[in-house]
Amino acid sequence: MNPNAARVTTLGLCPDAKIRECLPTGLAPVDALLTQDQAQGFPRGAISEIVGTESSGRTTLVHSLLAASTAQLEVCAYIDTDDSFDPVSAAAAGVALSQLVWIRCGHNAGHALKAADYLLHAGGFGVIVLDLCQVPPRISNRIPISYWYRFRRAIENTPTILALVEKQPIAKSCATLMLDLQRKKTQWTGAPGFSLLREVELEVASRKPVRPITAAFKARSLA
Amino acid sequence: MMFACIHSPSADLPQIASAFSPSFEQTAPDTVVFRIDGLQRLHGSPRQIAQAIAQEAIAKPGGEQVNVAIAETADAAILAARNFPGVTVAPSLNDLDVSTLPLTEEMAQVLESWGIYTLEQLAQLPENGLAERFGSHGVHLQQLARGAIYRPLKIFQPETTYEDRIELDHPVSLLEPLLFLIARLLNDQCARLLSNAMAANEVTIRLELEDCTKHDRAEHIRTLRLPVPMRESKSLLKLLQMDLETHPPTAPTIALALSLKPVHPRTVQTGIFLPITPAPDKLELTLARIRGIVGETNVGVPQLRDSYHPQPFSLVPGIPIPNPQSLSSNPQSPASQPPATSHQGFRYFRPPLPATVSLVDNRPIRITASGIQGKVLNAAGPWRTSGDWWTTTAWNRDEWDIALPHGLYRIYHDSNWYVEGSYD
Repeated sequence: MNPNAARVTTLGLCPDAKIRECLPTGLAPVDALLTQDQAQGFPRGAISEIVGTESSGRTTLVHSLLAASTAQLEVCAYIDTDDSFDPVSAAAAGVALSQLVWIRCGHNAGHALKAADYLLHAGGFGVIVLDLCQVPPRISNRIPISYWYRFRRAIENTPTILALVEKQPIAKSCATLMLDLQRKKTQWTGAPGFSLLREVELEVASRKPVRPITAAFKARSLA
Repeated sequence: MMFACIHSPSADLPQIASAFSPSFEQTAPDTVVFRIDGLQRLHGSPRQIAQAIAQEAIAKPGGEQVNVAIAETADAAILAARNFPGVTVAPSLNDLDVSTLPLTEEMAQVLESWGIYTLEQLAQLPENGLAERFGSHGVHLQQLARGAIYRPLKIFQPETTYEDRIELDHPVSLLEPLLFLIARLLNDQCARLLSNAMAANEVTIRLELEDCTKHDRAEHIRTLRLPVPMRESKSLLKLLQMDLETHPPTAPTIALALSLKPVHPRTVQTGIFLPITPAPDKLELTLARIRGIVGETNVGVPQLRDSYHPQPFSLVPGIPIPNPQSLSSNPQSPASQPPATSHQGFRYFRPPLPATVSLVDNRPIRITASGIQGKVLNAAGPWRTSGDWWTTTAWNRDEWDIALPHGLYRIYHDSNWYVEGSYD
């Protein structure tokens, strides 16, 4: 009899499979959505993708992740492919800027990938954000999948999270987590002509692993 | 235990003393003292040792007026060498005047009123009474007068220099052989840093270049300012290599000089429960590599400025350094109690997108820009800001937050309309 046969449950899952350490984002609904094996949040030592259209809350979620990581005194990195990072809103979300490396790549995705490669192999980072939100699909689709395998291999067995922020999924099978964000509602206050942007309600769905439920959270305006 | 003291106003005393002992104390510019316990086998009796020292000093320039004294204590030898000419061995200090001791003016007056003129008279005074009148300094002077102070020598440490220069026989035009020479200098200097428990926070390399058109040599100087002190020659060499690759010399090198700025190394008390962070020297090396790709000014740590400027931040060169005190001193930090909701993130379009905006009643109703167009569903504004009018970087603009069917944007108008970024 195969000794491994007894380890396979009726659901086809291996009960002693590796349980990953996770980093909670600090957003209760999102952490609840990402609960797995009593661990909440983004899995460490893995690639996570945050996907969404314009104003869907990708940056808000990334800032929360960076804030949670820097609050634990970890050093993080933001690889800013299109020079779009805003330190003011990041600081308002709780990111400790003194623990963040900001790399501006001047609209060059190739430079961003090389910088990510150096940082991942240097090690010691809590979260490395690779921001590809404004990279056109004709360029992001041409990134060889070998890059993502290389990145996955570099961070496995480390506490580093590689968060890809993008319009559409590009890491394919290399990503352990994929979150799809949508903007549900925008709240304005005041009479027409004197209105003020107050907050935005955002919805998160986990596409990988697939979950039947979604999570909603609110992001307050900076004003 | 015997000590020798050399006193000369003009001789190079460290050089003379180092001919007899590797460790000596330079008490004053004109006085050195050292132990002579191991010299008997070489020179014989204490008197012969003293004569050998005197001969050595006379042979040196400026050593004509040299006094050499040998005594059982260092301070007795110093007193004797300063007050007895020529060679003195185991001298009697009894008849020396009390003014040869480091007395204060008040003490000198009191001792004179007591009729104390010689060291012998001072040595015979009751110790308790002297302590009551002059305190511990009086007791110390009496011990000096008795020749009874046994103290370790303050060993003279020559100042270590961290600057070396190599003159080349033939000009070097390639970086690789130049790095070979730089590595040699760096290895020596880093070994010196290590032996002195120091590190360097600034490295300067000066390349003297061959210039056939001028008689004077042109120079190529590069200075690396390190965010944390380092002393690993491999890391420093790699940083220099990357810097010279980015800023190569314009002509072949005929001489090079390397200097390090020594500082105390950074010491950090880490905690067992603190997360692992990148080693500062390794991180600096990684960021230097990335700077080589994306540019010098595009890597650093974001820093907010206290300003109402539309973009009140800058990118500061350096490496991120977590402060463990912030976690331990603030138990209610965000690590333990994360925020329940988040602030909305913002993304800049750099450079801002020029836009065409249709207005009704001075409010935007439709916008067209590169990749962004549509009917404005809602708008908040205008938020008028201006500042720095006293400088060349003045700004004066009206901002609007607008909602389009596919996103939320911030637009502004100064002389033209622009889309500054999107809320995300």
